[in-house]
Amino acid sequence: MHPFRYEPAADTPAALALGAAAGAKYLGGGTNLVDLMRETIERPDILVDVSRLAGDITLDDHYGLIIGAGVKNTAAATDRLVRERFPLLSQAILAGASGQIRNVASVGGNVMQRTRCLYFFDDAARCNKREPGAGCDAVEGFNRNHAILGASPACVATHPSDMCVALAALGATVRVDGPHGERDIPIVDFHQLPGETPQIETVLRPGELIAAILLPANGVAARSSYRKVRDRSSYAFALVSVAAGLELEGDTIVDVRLALGGVAHKPWRAFIAETALKGGPATPAAFRQAAAAELASARPLRDNAFKIDLATRLIADTLEKLTQTAEPAQ
Amino acid sequence: MTGVKAAAQAAMQAVMKKAVALAPDSWIPGGEPDPLIRHKHGLIGAAISRIDGPLKVAGQARFSAEFPMERMTYAALHYSTIAKGRITAIDAASARAAPGVVLVMTHENAPRLNPTPPFMSKPKAAGGDSVPVMQDDRIHWNGQPVALVLAETQEQADHAQSLIRVSYAPEAGVTSMASARAQGPEQGYFRGEPLKLEQGDAEDLLAAAPHRVDAAYSTPRHNHNSIELHAATVAWSGDELYIHDATQAVDHVAWSIAEAFGIEERQVRVTSPYVGGGFGSKILWQHQILAAAASKLAGRPVRIMVSREGVFRIVGGRTVTEQRVAIGAQSDGGFDAIIHTGTVAMTPHNNLPEPFILPARSAYAAKSFKLDVKTVKLNMVANTFMRAPGESVGTFGLESAIDELAFDLGMDPIALRIRNEPDKDPTTGLPFSARHIVEAWGAGAERFGWDKRNAQPRAQRDGDWLIGLGCATATYPYYRMPGGAARIVLRKDGHATVSISAHEMGMGTSTVQTQIAAERLGLTMEQVTFEYGDNTLPGVVLAGGSQQTAAIGGAVIAAHRKLVGELLKLAGNDSPLAGLKPDEVGGFDGGLCSLQDPSRSESYASILARARQDEVMAEADGSPPLEGQHWSMHSHGAMFCEVRVNAVTGEVRVSRFLGSFDCGRIINAKTAASQFRGGIVMGLGLALMEETQFDERTGRIMNPSLAEYHVPVHLDVPMIEVMWTDEPDPHTPMGARGVGEIGITGVGAAVANAVFNATGKRVRDLPITLDKLL
Ligand SMILES: Cc1cc2nc3c(=O)[nH]c(=O)nc-3n(C[C@H](O)[C@H](O)[C@H](O)COP(=O)(O)OP(=O)(O)OC[C@H]3O[C@@H](n4cnc5c(N)ncnc54)[C@H](O)[C@@H]3O)c2cc1C
Repeated sequence: MHPFRYEPAADTPAALALGAAAGAKYLGGGTNLVDLMRETIERPDILVDVSRLAGDITLDDHYGLIIGAGVKNTAAATDRLVRERFPLLSQAILAGASGQIRNVASVGGNVMQRTRCLYFFDDAARCNKREPGAGCDAVEGFNRNHAILGASPACVATHPSDMCVALAALGATVRVDGPHGERDIPIVDFHQLPGETPQIETVLRPGELIAAILLPANGVAARSSYRKVRDRSSYAFALVSVAAGLELEGDTIVDVRLALGGVAHKPWRAFIAETALKGGPATPAAFRQAAAAELASARPLRDNAFKIDLATRLIADTLEKLTQTAEPAQ
Repeated sequence: MTGVKAAAQAAMQAVMKKAVALAPDSWIPGGEPDPLIRHKHGLIGAAISRIDGPLKVAGQARFSAEFPMERMTYAALHYSTIAKGRITAIDAASARAAPGVVLVMTHENAPRLNPTPPFMSKPKAAGGDSVPVMQDDRIHWNGQPVALVLAETQEQADHAQSLIRVSYAPEAGVTSMASARAQGPEQGYFRGEPLKLEQGDAEDLLAAAPHRVDAAYSTPRHNHNSIELHAATVAWSGDELYIHDATQAVDHVAWSIAEAFGIEERQVRVTSPYVGGGFGSKILWQHQILAAAASKLAGRPVRIMVSREGVFRIVGGRTVTEQRVAIGAQSDGGFDAIIHTGTVAMTPHNNLPEPFILPARSAYAAKSFKLDVKTVKLNMVANTFMRAPGESVGTFGLESAIDELAFDLGMDPIALRIRNEPDKDPTTGLPFSARHIVEAWGAGAERFGWDKRNAQPRAQRDGDWLIGLGCATATYPYYRMPGGAARIVLRKDGHATVSISAHEMGMGTSTVQTQIAAERLGLTMEQVTFEYGDNTLPGVVLAGGSQQTAAIGGAVIAAHRKLVGELLKLAGNDSPLAGLKPDEVGGFDGGLCSLQDPSRSESYASILARARQDEVMAEADGSPPLEGQHWSMHSHGAMFCEVRVNAVTGEVRVSRFLGSFDCGRIINAKTAASQFRGGIVMGLGLALMEETQFDERTGRIMNPSLAEYHVPVHLDVPMIEVMWTDEPDPHTPMGARGVGEIGITGVGAAVANAVFNATGKRVRDLPITLDKLL
């Protein structure tokens, strides 16, 4: 581990002041950052501990629910307001990692966690994220967990978060604080596709700090579900996951939200499928067609071609099951 | 009957029940079985909790990396990143200058060492491979240690290690199965014998058979992931080396390290009181030798605890197998031919071609056999023993093929197995020492509800979940290796200490051996101390091949016989035992009595008091393990599995598992059940998820962590039922055969067969991941 200075931040201004220094990084629960520091993949000089900041979940007239970046994953998943209004989010968080990890991991850290690509984790391998321009050993290597959508020759890694898939479906917004003030970024625009610069993973600027996640009230949250498919029953990252929400009037789809995990460098909001479905009938055939349309641009790698079929099935099946769930209580 | 007489008779019966005759000392035809096998109500067979359990849960059991020492230093290893070639330069300047660094050792300054004797090359050889440890600039595999850092703290050592920069001149290595095969497969040898057997013309009989299955099965690399990492605390005192090791072979490690350093075996002391899991991996790898070498250079004690990644890099695991299984059968199911052949990967510097044909040698009768294991050599960390090497993956091929054949024949797979039950060993012709697999099948099938299975695939469904049942035979041989010896010291207060250089890796050895010794001597468990895990104790006992219980048993029998002889001498003419020979007395209630007339008895305390001795001691070698030459000796199990396969996603969940075992006498119902269950859990991992991701481009293991190398989590493991025949084997100590390894065998096939029954899809390539079922 590269030697570092540890600085607990007393409040947000202090955190921003400390975080402005070159070589500084914010520390949440450390479940991802400290692991990567041990592997010498991350080598910050200063760790600014923000895990004691922004620890509240509050109701807001304008935004619905505001979840502070410092809220622990477990606290967010078990919060009464979250469970009542956004059960999808609760399910997604609980599908991730293990109880122990969720107890220390923060919401901000979850959004910012880095890929689990095996070649990113091993500094004997080539990786454009670690060393821009070095090349990518995953493209022709073990890539079962890698992207089928939106990847580039430079990088085929996925974003591993479950929580963010639910946030994408729910249309959440990331509120950040920075040296130049506060700004709000829709979660679907927050993470980036790799393109030629896979080392740039989000639109967060140097020194900026995630303050909170804003969850707008919406009509799909009540009839929603998160399904995660993985290589063992628990404690494994998603091969494919689906966050889906449906608002129906009779058999007509008034609104639908779909996001996929495990398939791209970012939580993948399935806009193509949503557009195809909105206003149409809620039938198995429509679901299958919409899923196929979403996956039409998918490009398989050596080990992950099955994900195209799996994602298609999972979308169609999840939506179909949502139509069978009881009419949500008003 | 008068009250007095009845009471006397009852007392007599109680004594008769308890008096334990000496066990015969030889295991040859005509020999008498160990009298302990008749004990139904004593300590043998009881479900006794581990005696070290409270220590372990209280954190007081001291493992190898927990021994404090004055002036301790901590080691970290730096591993190669190429598979083959030479080191051209090592830049360790910043590592040497880093805070707390005591020493950086590379091939340039390491002490001169002899090559490590690889396992099975000599009786006490323990090396995972024979590669010279840090003696030259040559790289043999990706992950080989190239530098070691010693520092005042572990964190300082870890950091300094990360500052080392090594330059290489890479050479073309062999890192793919395809390129290894192109070099030409060679014959595999196991324990000095070729892994090859041909009886009759199997190919012709196969071709002529009215029914046949002929398929390719494959299993991937697996890595060892014991909870306790490989670790040692090492110190020199002059020319004497002390190692607190985590090992399943204290004597082998001591002898082999002595060979490496060119010193006498008696100059090396190895202790290993507790081991947090071994499964075949806790032998001699480079870390103990490197720690001892660094300790010598630095003149300070060294603690080395290999990281989880390090265990993947320097400790070998189970190798890849590519198997062909072909069975030709008549319409009534009788086997005409069994063919089990294939190729495994290994290295030029180790001795273990995964012997996957072992089950096929003795499991079924057939008119002809063709069994053969070929090897190809790769630049990779030397593969090694891993719970039931051979049987665990060999039963996957063989028992899947039998299921395929049964389906083709329209026969119940259990009936097909029983139809081919041999009456003597099918390939050696030896009689079986004991074989009750048919009873185990019957009892297991009834308990599991096998009769409710629909042989037609996809016949049972619960919502999205397709339900299937499958079964397979488990099998593992009985071994007792030479070298067992034991010492018994009996004190005049009636306390006995039994000492033998055996091992406790969590399986319950110390508990079980205390039970046995107490029962043999007629003492309570509290009156017996079992001493082990130290190479200065008598005997050379490997905790491997599920042979330790038998090896200790045989040695204790010999020492006990000698002890009783000594006691009778001490008892002399004034004792009620006067004139009796050792074979005429038995141990009971803290003393000896005549087997003919239990009223003739004397307590140990009384004998020693009269002889004015504080204690009596006896030490003896176990008898040579001749039983294996006279009988075919194997344990078996009938494994039953129920799976649920999601029709949408292909996810597989094992919902029920039952193992019905025939493993001779079960000595401790609790620890044995744990061994069976643990083996089955490991088998579920083998079936569904375990796979080392070995990048064939570079020879590098890409998932060296428990996050990415999947073993079952709690949610993957259903209730596992285990049961056993408890039929003693008359030709083994205590009537017992080992229980450590058999649990993992047959599980892969039982799961695969259940998946076929659920889905109609036959997966012949492990692990059975969901993409194979979409
Ligand atoms: C074995 C294992 C299995 C896992 N399985 C899953 C899984 O199945 N699904 C899943 O979703 N996740 C999984 N995780 C990941 C886990 O969810 C993340 O590690 C966790 O959410 C990160 O949160 P943290 O607070 O510990 O972040 P940290 O490790 O502290 O930080 C992570 C990153 O976020 C940055 N950061 C932290 N807080 C802020 C902030 N307020 N503003 C800006 N940047 C910030 C840090 O600088 C760092 O770059 C797993 C992790 C492990 C170790």
